[in-house]
Amino acid sequence: MAKVEKKRALNEETLRDFLRGMLLIRRFEEHVEERFRAGDLPGFLHVAIGQEAVAVGVCQAMEEGDVFASTHRAHGHTLARGTPPKAVMAELYGKIEGCSRGYGGSMHLYDLERGNFGANAVIGGGLPHVTGAGLAFKLRDEPRVALAFFGDGATNIGTFHESLNLAQLWKTKTVFVCENNHWAESTPGWQHSPVWDDMSKRALAFDMRSIKVDGQDVEAVFEAAHEALEFARSGEGPVFLDVETYRMHGHFIGDPQVYRTKEDREEAADNDPITRLRERLALGDDEFKAFDDQANQIVEEALEFAQNGTDPQPEDALKNVYA
Amino acid sequence: MTYREAVRDALGSAMRKDEDVFIMGEDIAEMGGSMAVTQGLLEEFGPERVRNTPISEMAIVGAGIGAAMAGMRPVVEIMYEDFLTLSLEQIVNQAAKHRYMSGGQLKVPLTVRTQGGAGWSPGAQHAQQLEAWLVHVPGLKVAYPSMPEDVRGLLWTAIYDDNPVILFEHRLLYPVKGQVPEELEPIPLGKARTIREGTDVTVIAIGPLVHRAVGAAKQAEEEGISVEIIDPRTLQPLDEDALVASVKKTNRAVVAHEAVTRMGFGAEVAAVLQYKAFDYLDAPIERVGAKFAPLAFAPVMEQFIIPQPEDVLAAIKRTVGK
Ligand SMILES: Cc1ncc(C[n+]2csc(CCOP(=O)(O)OP(=O)(O)O)c2C)c(N)n1
Ligand SMILES: [Mg+2]
Repeated sequence: MAKVEKKRALNEETLRDFLRGMLLIRRFEEHVEERFRAGDLPGFLHVAIGQEAVAVGVCQAMEEGDVFASTHRAHGHTLARGTPPKAVMAELYGKIEGCSRGYGGSMHLYDLERGNFGANAVIGGGLPHVTGAGLAFKLRDEPRVALAFFGDGATNIGTFHESLNLAQLWKTKTVFVCENNHWAESTPGWQHSPVWDDMSKRALAFDMRSIKVDGQDVEAVFEAAHEALEFARSGEGPVFLDVETYRMHGHFIGDPQVYRTKEDREEAADNDPITRLRERLALGDDEFKAFDDQANQIVEEALEFAQNGTDPQPEDALKNVYA
Repeated sequence: MTYREAVRDALGSAMRKDEDVFIMGEDIAEMGGSMAVTQGLLEEFGPERVRNTPISEMAIVGAGIGAAMAGMRPVVEIMYEDFLTLSLEQIVNQAAKHRYMSGGQLKVPLTVRTQGGAGWSPGAQHAQQLEAWLVHVPGLKVAYPSMPEDVRGLLWTAIYDDNPVILFEHRLLYPVKGQVPEELEPIPLGKARTIREGTDVTVIAIGPLVHRAVGAAKQAEEEGISVEIIDPRTLQPLDEDALVASVKKTNRAVVAHEAVTRMGFGAEVAAVLQYKAFDYLDAPIERVGAKFAPLAFAPVMEQFIIPQPEDVLAAIKRTVGK
């Protein structure tokens, strides 16, 4: 995807790029679901179908040199930040061509070159890191920002509170992106947080600036993320980005979602960010299909690349324990 | 130079040399730390580099990790190692594993300093010795120096190591004085120090037990037993060669630490020795450590729990059948 010019209204071409990015993630994850069910993929995988506009809008607003920490639901963030689909897919297959050389897997995608400080399988695990990285950028007077993605469920863990407090206290160059999909595994928001329908109240408690945004509208996400990143970059302090979004599929691949009503699933499906963008761009069937075919082709090539990738040697397991 | 001054000197020297080194922790600035280790550093380096933190052990370590991944060399202080337990998620799941999980892309040059140790009756939550917990985690390096010279040289090396290093200090050692080189000399991680040479039995001791073993060795000498004392100084990596060589010479071994004996660091040392020096051993390996109880408050109970010089002496004597 081409880098977006800052400080001007998003033109059609940019939005088309966003659509390409979102479709890539969607088709990538659908293929991953399919391959997992076929028994092709080891491990524990979580897709972010329904949340693509958050990944694309936020990652497109980031600058070169910015860093980020992701979560167990990391494919979209990683792809949106530009890690080649082949490298991400190869990682899911445990190949040495993978973006973590086969040491990480779906929940531990890394790409240092693109500022990916790691997807984290411990809820809230990366939040202190972006606080510290944002502190380093401030101490060194660098125009860089450290950003963390995390879910609504993560707002209940200690690292969240300690990190927001510290970041605001020290005005670190940090952006906290809360992807509120109203579910923490099988637990609905109303069962896990007293402020589940307005997470920016969490930021209020730390006197942190917050920006609320509709996470199904990629244009709005981009604008909000850009504003948050520039505020943090200027050294004025961290920002809490409160993003309302929807998880259209299960918590993990294979989750039968026995805990979820049909109405809730339908509501998520009705808020598909790709449909929204397609309507915004007024794309006809043929036009849309051309985008879709392109995304599918990239994913199929990634699959073929990954399936033909190189397995690590068993003894490689003893490398990289120490620097 | 005292042990306390030696820690301070290593921190100050690194910060003087290198803008990327900074320190953070609870009450380390104006107060100079609850153990007065960082006294004077705020005045010299200012509040940007000597940072008082809120009481947030996870964020202190975790922010250190993030700053380290972003290219700095932070040193964080956890006031008491009992409180290190709050930061274990960040140490065990994060600091120790980012390099590995990234397939070698990232490095985490973070130093975590903490202190503990009994003998002053704080009760069960201010004096534990938990070093063995950390040695169990691949990806971490662990040092536990007993001498001023060693803490100065090892802390320096820890700061410049590209891996997360946990450095344990002992509260009762801070006032201990020792000779140190005029110029700070880095000490490599993974090299033991022979504290005292002897021929009949090797005592492998860490932290305060090094000093208690020295007392025990003098007494043993009077009874005609020649004691060698080795301080591994670094627990991970461990200088197995030095320990094994000494035991092959003396044919007897005592391992000693203030932590609880069960699953303590000494258990690992004993396992290494029985495997690598089995044919040389003339007696069962003796273990000295705290009894299996939380630390009690009443001084008589506390002292009963933690290992005394007499316990080391008794173990030495058992190995030679006296
Ligand atoms: C510390 C910790 N506790 C529990 C889990 C198990 N777990 C994995 S994802 C998840 C739910 C997270 O919810 P949220 O933060 O909202 O993210 P989402 O899955 O909705 O993207 C839980 C409980 C974990 N990975 N880490
Ligand atoms: Mg959620």
